[in-house]
Amino acid sequence: MLLINCPFCKERNETEFVYGGPVGVDRPDPNAVADQEWVDFLTLVPNPTGPVFEKWWHARGCGEWFVICRDTVTHEILESPDEKS
Amino acid sequence: MSSRLSTGGKLIDRSLSKEFMFNGRRLKGFEGDTLASALLANDQVMVGRSFKYHRPRGIVASGSEEPNALMETGSGSKLEPNQRATTTKLFDGMRVKSQNHWPTLEFDLGAINSTFSKFFPAGFYYKTFIHPRFAWKYLFEPIIRKAAGLGNAPKEKDCDTYEYFYAHVDLLIIGGGIAGLAAASSAVKSGLKVLIVEQNDYWGGRAIVDEINIENGSGSDWIYQQVKSLSNEKNVNLRLNMMAAGVYDHGYVLLHETLTDGSNKKMELRQRLWRVRAKQTIVATGAIERPLAFAGNDLPGVMLASAVRDYLVNFGVSCGDRTVIVTNNDDAYRTAILMKNAGLEVPCIIDARPSVSESLSKQVQSLGIKILTGKAVSTVTGSKRVEGVAICSHAGSGEVLETVACDCVAMSGGWSPVVHLWSHCGGKLEWDKKNYMFKPDLTSAPLGANGEGMLTVAGTANGFLISRDVLSDGYTKSKEIIKALTGKVPKISMEKAHSGDESEILPVWFMPQGATRKLKSKTWLDFQNDVKVSDVELAAQEGFESVEHTKRYTTLGMATDQGKLSNINGLAVLSNSLNVSIPDVGTTTFRPPFQPISLGAIAGEARHELFKPIRKTSIHNWINANGGVWEPVADWRRPFCFQRNGESIKEAVEREIVNTRTNCGILDASTLGKILVKGPDAARFLDMIYTNVMSNLKVGKCRYGLMCSENGFLSDDGVVARLSDDSYLCHTTSGGSDRIHAHMEEWLQTEWWDWKVYTLNLTEQFSQIAIVGPKARQLIEKMGVDGLDLSPEGLPFMGFSEGFIAGISVRIFRISFSGELSYEIAVPALKAQEFWDLALISGEEFEVMPYGTEALHVMRAEKGFIMIGDETDGTVIPQDLGLDWAISKKKEDFIGKRAQMRSFMKSENRWKLVGLKTIDPSVVLPDGCYAVDGESNSYGHKNMIGRVTSSYFSPTLERSIALALVENGPDRMNEILNFPNLDGSVTKAAICDPVFFDKEGKNQNV
Repeated sequence: MLLINCPFCKERNETEFVYGGPVGVDRPDPNAVADQEWVDFLTLVPNPTGPVFEKWWHARGCGEWFVICRDTVTHEILESPDEKS
Repeated sequence: MSSRLSTGGKLIDRSLSKEFMFNGRRLKGFEGDTLASALLANDQVMVGRSFKYHRPRGIVASGSEEPNALMETGSGSKLEPNQRATTTKLFDGMRVKSQNHWPTLEFDLGAINSTFSKFFPAGFYYKTFIHPRFAWKYLFEPIIRKAAGLGNAPKEKDCDTYEYFYAHVDLLIIGGGIAGLAAASSAVKSGLKVLIVEQNDYWGGRAIVDEINIENGSGSDWIYQQVKSLSNEKNVNLRLNMMAAGVYDHGYVLLHETLTDGSNKKMELRQRLWRVRAKQTIVATGAIERPLAFAGNDLPGVMLASAVRDYLVNFGVSCGDRTVIVTNNDDAYRTAILMKNAGLEVPCIIDARPSVSESLSKQVQSLGIKILTGKAVSTVTGSKRVEGVAICSHAGSGEVLETVACDCVAMSGGWSPVVHLWSHCGGKLEWDKKNYMFKPDLTSAPLGANGEGMLTVAGTANGFLISRDVLSDGYTKSKEIIKALTGKVPKISMEKAHSGDESEILPVWFMPQGATRKLKSKTWLDFQNDVKVSDVELAAQEGFESVEHTKRYTTLGMATDQGKLSNINGLAVLSNSLNVSIPDVGTTTFRPPFQPISLGAIAGEARHELFKPIRKTSIHNWINANGGVWEPVADWRRPFCFQRNGESIKEAVEREIVNTRTNCGILDASTLGKILVKGPDAARFLDMIYTNVMSNLKVGKCRYGLMCSENGFLSDDGVVARLSDDSYLCHTTSGGSDRIHAHMEEWLQTEWWDWKVYTLNLTEQFSQIAIVGPKARQLIEKMGVDGLDLSPEGLPFMGFSEGFIAGISVRIFRISFSGELSYEIAVPALKAQEFWDLALISGEEFEVMPYGTEALHVMRAEKGFIMIGDETDGTVIPQDLGLDWAISKKKEDFIGKRAQMRSFMKSENRWKLVGLKTIDPSVVLPDGCYAVDGESNSYGHKNMIGRVTSSYFSPTLERSIALALVENGPDRMNEILNFPNLDGSVTKAAICDPVFFDKEGKNQNV
C-alpha cells in the first residue's frame, strides 16, 4: 500500500489513486505517422525497472493528475509534486 | 492419558468452571483454558482426521502453528469452521465439533485411504484423474469434494458485526514477549507514539513458561512490571488478542483484533481489522518449534516439546503420564525437567546428538531421567494414540534396539524464527549455519517510501534463542529505531536477562539417518496435508526441483497453517534429495495473512446494503411505491417497467409502449450523465472529444455526438447542448457519466493542460424528466408555461429553451429517443418529485403513464437507435453502426480518428449494423445469438457471420424485431440468416433496414 503525495491532499493511500502509466512520449501528430507507429504509440507502454516518472490520478480524492518519480523495484518515491492549494 | 493436574496452571482460574460440548459429549474446563487445553484435560487426545488419508490426528502445538486441531464452533448464524483449538478461548456452553471425518471421529470410512496410501503418492490426483476429460467434472470432482475439504461453510448469515480501525503511529511493535516489551518501554520513554500488539491474550510469550531471570527477578515479574508501567503512559497503546496479518509497502500493516469469544448468543462486535501506517515497525514474533520427522510422528500424542510444557505450566494439564522426549537440542530438556518435577514419568530422553553437556546430563540424571544419546525413534507404536516408541540408533537404518511404553512423545527439532512478516514486503533471509535456521538478513530490509528500511526484527525472531540475547536485542533494536525517528541517541538502561549457554543443535531432518523407504513413507512432514518424507523425495525424483513447484505438487505447506511446522523439514528433505544445500533450495514465498482471518473482518461494515451503495434518483421512492420493477443500471436502479394490478411484466411493457405512442408517457431519465464543459477553449476541446464538430453548434441548439477511445472504438454517445459561446452541456449514457468525466479530465490534465477548459459533473444536480408522445406538448402547456414557446417554430426539434413550467425553473430539450414528439426537461434535483407529481396531475386527461427502461429500449430499437453496451462492446467503431454521418471528415484530428484510418477498420468484411425480422414474427431471437453460414473453420467450429445485439417483441409493429451486427450486412438486404439455438433448432431471420418504424420522422416533427 504505497503512500502517495497528492499535491492538494498530501500523503494518501494508494487505493485512492489510479495508476496512469509512465510519462511517455507526447501524442504524435496523427496525420504524420504510419499505422504501425500509431499502434505502437497506443500499445507499447514502456515498463522499465528502476526510477520512473509516472502519472497518477487522485480518482477517489480531488481528481488531480500529477507526476511522481518512483523506483519500480524498491517502491521508493524519489520525487513528489510541489504542494498546491 | 492426558489429564488435569491437581495444581498449577498460570492462565487458568480453577474457581470458574466452564462446561462445553465436544461432538455431543459434555466436558469441563476452566476459565482461561483454550479449547485445546480443555480437550487435553479431558483426555481427548484425538481431535480430527487428516485431509487425505483420514488418519487420526491429535493436538501437536499450543499456539497459532497448530495444524491438526481445527474445529467447527458455534451453530447457525454463529457457526465458524476451521477454528484452531489452540488459539480459541473456551467459554461456558461452547459447542464444538471435530472436522473432516465421516461418519464419526472414532470410526472413519475414509481412513481406508491410509491403507492404500502406497497408491496415493504425491501428485496422485494430477496423475490419475486426467482422463477421460469429462469424468473430472461429472464423476471425480464431486466425489473428491465430498470426501475432502476442511470444515463446512456456514449456511446462515453471520449475525455478528465487524469493523475497521485506522491508526498512524511512530512505532509499531509486533509481539509482546520480552524483546517487544523492552523495545516498547524504551520507545515510550523517548516520547514516540507506540502501538504494541500481541496475538495471545497474555503478555510475555514463551518467557511465561520457560522461567528466566531478569535483573535478579523472575521473568514473569519483570513482564508484569513492564506492562504495568507502560499502561500508565499516554503515548502507548497495548493490545492483546491482536494478530499482525500482513506487512505492505510504505509501512502499512494489517492487524486483526479479536474482541469477543463468540459466547454471546446475540449480535456483537466480534472482530476488528486495523489498518496501521507505522513510520517504523519492530517484528518481535519469536520462533516456532520444529517437529522431528520419524515414522508414526503423526499419531495423536506426539506433540511439540514446547507445547507439552505450555499445557503443563499455563493450564495445569499433563499431556501424558509417561512422556518420552525426542530431541536434537537442549531446549527439550526443559520439558523433561518440568514433567518430572510435576510428578509425571519421563522414561527417557532420546537425543540424536552423540553427547550432551555434562551439566545438563547431571541435572537430568539426578532427577532419574535416562538420556539415550545418538539414538532416534524408529517408529511410534499405537493405532489411534501413542502406545510406545521403538528406539534405534540415529546412525542406522531403524533396527529396533528397545521399545519403551509411553502415552506421549514430546519432540523438538529446534526452532525456526517467525520471519513471515519480515518477508511479506521483500525482506530477505539468510541461513544461520550455527542454529540451522533461516533468519532475517538485516542488510536487506523492506524499504519504506523514502528508500530506507521501514521494518526491523528483534529477539528470537531475529535468530536469538537465549533469553540474555533476546532481551538485549530488543533494547538494541529499539535504540536504532529511536535514533532513526528522533535523530537522537536515546539513553536506555538495558536490563539484563541471565541464562547459561546451550550446546549446539544437531541438524536432524528425519530420523534415523538411514531410514528405510518403509519408514519414510510413514514419516510425516506436513500433518495437515498428509505429506510424507517419501512424497517429497518422489517429487524430487520426478524433477520438481524448485521448492515452489514441489510445494504445489505435493501440497506441502499449503492450507490453513501454510507450513508453519512443515516447511523447514520439507525443504531439508528436498535439498537432501537434490543434493544441494538448504539455502540453495530456498524457501517458498511468505504471503499475508500470517494466520487466516475471517471474511467478516475483511468485509467490515461493507456488507448488505453498504456493500455497494445504490445511487437513487429524486423519483426513486415514488417509483418504488408505484409498481416499479427494479433493474440495476450502472450504480443506479431504474424501473424496468411499472406493473399494474395482475399484469405480467410483458403486458406492462407493451401497455407502456402503446400508450406512449398513442397518448403520452413520462420517464425518469435522471440517470443520464450531465457534464458541463466551460471555458474559452471548450469548443476546441469538444471537437477533439467528439467525432463530430461541436464548435459550429449554435447556442440554443442540440447535437447528437459520439465519443471514441484512442483505439477508435465507440465509447459513449449523447446529446450536446450549447448553452453559451463558451459553455456546453454534454449528456452521457447512464453508466458513462463518471467514466466520461474522468476521460475528459485525463485529456485536459495530461495532454492539453494549457487549454482553458473546466469540466463539472452535474449528473446529480439536475433531474431529467422526459415527456413523450403525441400529447406531450399539450400536457406541458397544461402544466403552465412561463417564458417558453413550445410551438414547433418556437422550440424546434434539436433545440432547447430555458424558462418555467408550473413555476419550476427548467431547461427543456426537444430531443427524442423514441421517435415521438418528446421533451426532456431538466429541473433542479430537489424540485424533481414536485415536477413529476404536477406532470401526472396535468397529464391525467392526456392519459399519461410512466414507462420504464424496457419500453424505452423497445421504442429506440423500433427506430434503429443504438444503445452503448448493446450495439457496442469495445470492438465496434461508429462506422460499423452506420453512423458515418456523425463523423467529421473536415476535422484534422479527434480522439479515435487516426485509429479508424487503419486498414482493417475500413475492411469490407466488418460486422455492420442491420435489422432482422424473424420469418415467424412471433419468435423473438435470443439476445446475443450468432448467425452461421453453414461452413466450418479449420478447428471444426462453425463459421459465425453475425450476432444479435438487441432483440424485442415490438407491440407497435406486432412482431419481433432485432438489431444485429452482420458481416458486410448492409449489402445483404433480404438475405435469410440461420441462428442455431441451444436446443439444436434453427431460427431463420431476414436482414432488413435497422429503422423499423417511421423512417421519415413524421411522429417527432410535429
